[in-house]
Order: sequence, then structure tokens, then C-alpha cells
Amino acid sequence: MTDQDMSKYPLRLADDKVPMVRFMNVTKRYGDLVVLDSLDLDVDEGEMVTVIGPSGSGKTTVLRMLMTLETINGGVIYVDGEPLTHMEKGGRLVPADRRHIRRMRANIGMCFQHFNLFPHMTALENCMEAPVHVLGLPKAEARDRSIELLGMVGLEDKVDQHPARLSGGQQQRVAIARALAMRPKVMLFDEVTSALDPEVIGEVTNVIRKLVDQHNLTMLMVTHQMGFAKEISDRVCFFYDGKIEEQGPPSEIFGSPQKERTQQFLSAVLEAG
Amino acid sequence: MFDWRWDFTLNILPRLIEATGNTLLAAGIGYAIAVVIGLALALAQRTPFRALTLAVREAVEFIRSTPLILQIFFVFYVGPQFGIRLSPWVAGMIAIGLHYASYLSEVYRGGLDSVPRGQWEACAALNLSPARTYFRVIIPQALPPSLAGMGNYLVGIFKDTPMLSVIGVAELMHTATAIGSESYRYLEPYTLVGLIFLAISLPSAALIRAFEAWVRKKLGMTR
Repeated sequence: MTDQDMSKYPLRLADDKVPMVRFMNVTKRYGDLVVLDSLDLDVDEGEMVTVIGPSGSGKTTVLRMLMTLETINGGVIYVDGEPLTHMEKGGRLVPADRRHIRRMRANIGMCFQHFNLFPHMTALENCMEAPVHVLGLPKAEARDRSIELLGMVGLEDKVDQHPARLSGGQQQRVAIARALAMRPKVMLFDEVTSALDPEVIGEVTNVIRKLVDQHNLTMLMVTHQMGFAKEISDRVCFFYDGKIEEQGPPSEIFGSPQKERTQQFLSAVLEAG
Repeated sequence: MFDWRWDFTLNILPRLIEATGNTLLAAGIGYAIAVVIGLALALAQRTPFRALTLAVREAVEFIRSTPLILQIFFVFYVGPQFGIRLSPWVAGMIAIGLHYASYLSEVYRGGLDSVPRGQWEACAALNLSPARTYFRVIIPQALPPSLAGMGNYLVGIFKDTPMLSVIGVAELMHTATAIGSESYRYLEPYTLVGLIFLAISLPSAALIRAFEAWVRKKLGMTR
């Protein structure tokens, strides 16, 4: 945290309509390399926002900061109106302690490119671990919830399998169920289909489609699948060089992009396939 | 073996076998201490407190770089000058347990480092507590890659127990030496000691490999 003026950031958001997620002037640096440069981004409750852009544009960093896997070097992130990695002390915002971060982190769930399932636990145990030991749910209730979610992702017959015995698509669906079992308000999908064989990508995108249709989850998704992004997003953000170069409804971004860099990027990826 | 006497051999065998019990006990207790303290040493080097990490790191390096027999002497003979009077068994177990704890902490360190970063991130994303992260997620995955090294040091500690004879722990070596000084015959007792160590060490490697495979299977980490 640098010696920035924290007084310009509100202690909590209290407008009429508080966005579920607000990035306010957020900066992320690795040494001299600026990964995200004064990012402002709001995501409303129930909104599905897709982040696209060339690699190195900072899009994955956006999700990782929101999951508190990366610290931020400037600005404030608000989740449901409350600062995520800051807390109030003496009328101003200071870096939050572990307790505050753990409490705030409970609002957010994340799925990773490489699933990151616990290999020594069955699909069911993967889903039950955090509800039982973080939320303190009774085992029976956590089990019911996990089985229901594994059913929702189409894996009711795989509950007792270890990850090593599941295909990539199945593992990613377990990972989605595992994240949902914590009942997050915000779900983050970080290139969740990038490590999958083409023929199983549909299994995973179908689950995400189902979430968009049936749940009022707020979702942020980083993806390279432009077709899926176009079909499913409420809004698409095109990142370039640590900034949002252009954003809007998918019809506009994909149909008539205004910025030259967006046009170049889209024509390049659409050509590639 | 011009002068090998079978009657003498058979005569002393029961005493040596009895002492083998003490050797196994010493190795077992020392190893149990090493397994637990070693884990504490490994985890202490992974806290956010730099000073603790450095202090433990230096202590481990110090123990690993000095001879075990010196450490045994130190605990047993120097201790009383500071008012710490320990029996040979207790002093021996502390010395050999700490010595091997420092070796095992390095084995654990390698094992912990081999767990992919994504596992830590998944734990953070699920909001698991640090204790839960370590004991339910990270350590079980660090275990299989650590088992080979742990097995080597189990055999190692077993073979190092004769050093305890210098402070009077009545293990196998100590007993053989006692027999020798009573009877002025050293060939048979020391040969038997060698054979007993061989008979126990040799199958251990295979047993450890089998155990490793069993643990992996038990953890569901094989296809």
C-alpha cells in the first residue's frame, strides 16, 4: 500500500443502488510493471460480465484480486458496498486484517483454469469440506447440499469418485459445485475451459449457462471463447494493457467495436478459430 | 572364521535378541520424536515471521552440520553442568530425536514445496483456515512424496542407535561389547550384531516402497 490519499474513498458505498462489485481506481504492480492501471469497474447484482483481451492485459489479475489471491497497490475494491481488503479505523480506510478479509472473502467463489480440486478427496468430500469446516454446517446438511449441487452439474453418479478418475470436464464441474456449496454472492470463472479438451467444453459451458438462467448470481468470467462470451454475457469488457479499452453489451462489442484495438483483437481471435 | 565357536554363538544369541528389542525401541521412540518435531520445524519455517524462520533455519543447519555423537555427548555430559541431569535413555532419545528431526524437516520441506500453488489458492478461495489448509489439504498431499525420504531416515536412525551405547543405553551394540569384555570373545557378538542389523535393514526398503504405494492408493491419488 502506497502513501495514497485514502480520504477520497468512502468507508462503505451507500448510494441508492450499490453495485455488487466496484473497483475504484485500483492499481496492481509487479515491481515496475503496471498490470492494472487505475481500474474503475462496477458489476451489478445478478450481472454476468465477461472479461476478454490479449494475454498480459491484466484480465486474470482482476479476478485474482477480487478473490484476494493478489494484493492491490492502490485504490479500493468494494463488494456489496463494503471494502474488500480495507477496513475502517479512526474514520479512514486502512489495510484490513486477516479476519476482515476472511469475512469478506466468504462472499466470493472462484473456479480455476486447472480446477484445483483436492486430489485426496472424493467429489463429495471436495464439496463438503468448506461448508462443514468454514460455515460450520452439520455434516448431513452439507452432504445434502453438495449432492444436490453435484446433481445440478450432472455428476450425481460420480459423488464418490476421486478427481484422478474424472475427466477434465467432470473435474471442472465438481469445482463449480464446490464453489457454489459456499453460497457465494459473486462467482469468478478464470478461463475455466482453457485446459479442457474441445469435446468436453460444452459440459462446462452448459453448467454456467444454467447458472445464468436459474440463479441471480453475480458473475465475472475471463474467457477466450468469444462465441460463449457473446451468447451469455450482459456486458463484455475488453482489456488492453492494464486498462478497459472498451466495454458494452456483447452485441456492440462483437457486432460493431468502436476502438481500433478491439477490432484488431477480435478479428485476430475470430480468424484463429 | 578359524575360531568361530557355535556353542558360544548359541549361548549369547538370546541376550543379543533381547537387546535388539531395545535397539528397535530406541529407533522407534527416536523416530517418533523426529517425525513430530521435524514437522514442527518445517512448519515453523513457513510462517510470516521472518525472525522465527531464520532462527529455525539456522538451528536445523547447525544440527545437520555437527556429528550425532557429539550431540549425544553434549546432552548427556554437558547437560548436568547446567543442572539438566538426564538418564542415558532420555538424553539419547532427545539427541537422536532432534538430530533426525532436523533431517526430516528438510524432507517435509521438499514435500510441502511439491504441492502445487493451485491447491493453496483453492483453500484460500474456499476460505479454509490456515490450520485446516495445512492439515487437511497440504500435508496429506505432501506426504506421499516425502515417504521415500522418511523411509531412508528410518533406516538411518536404526543404524545410528549403536551410538547410544557410548552413554550406556543397553541396546544391541552395548550388549555385544559387554559380552566381549566378559568373555574376551568379540568375533561372534559383533558378527551377530551385523547380521541382525542386516536382517532388519534389508527388507525395510521394500516395505517402505509398499507402504508408499498403499498410502497413495488410500488417499485416492492413483488412477
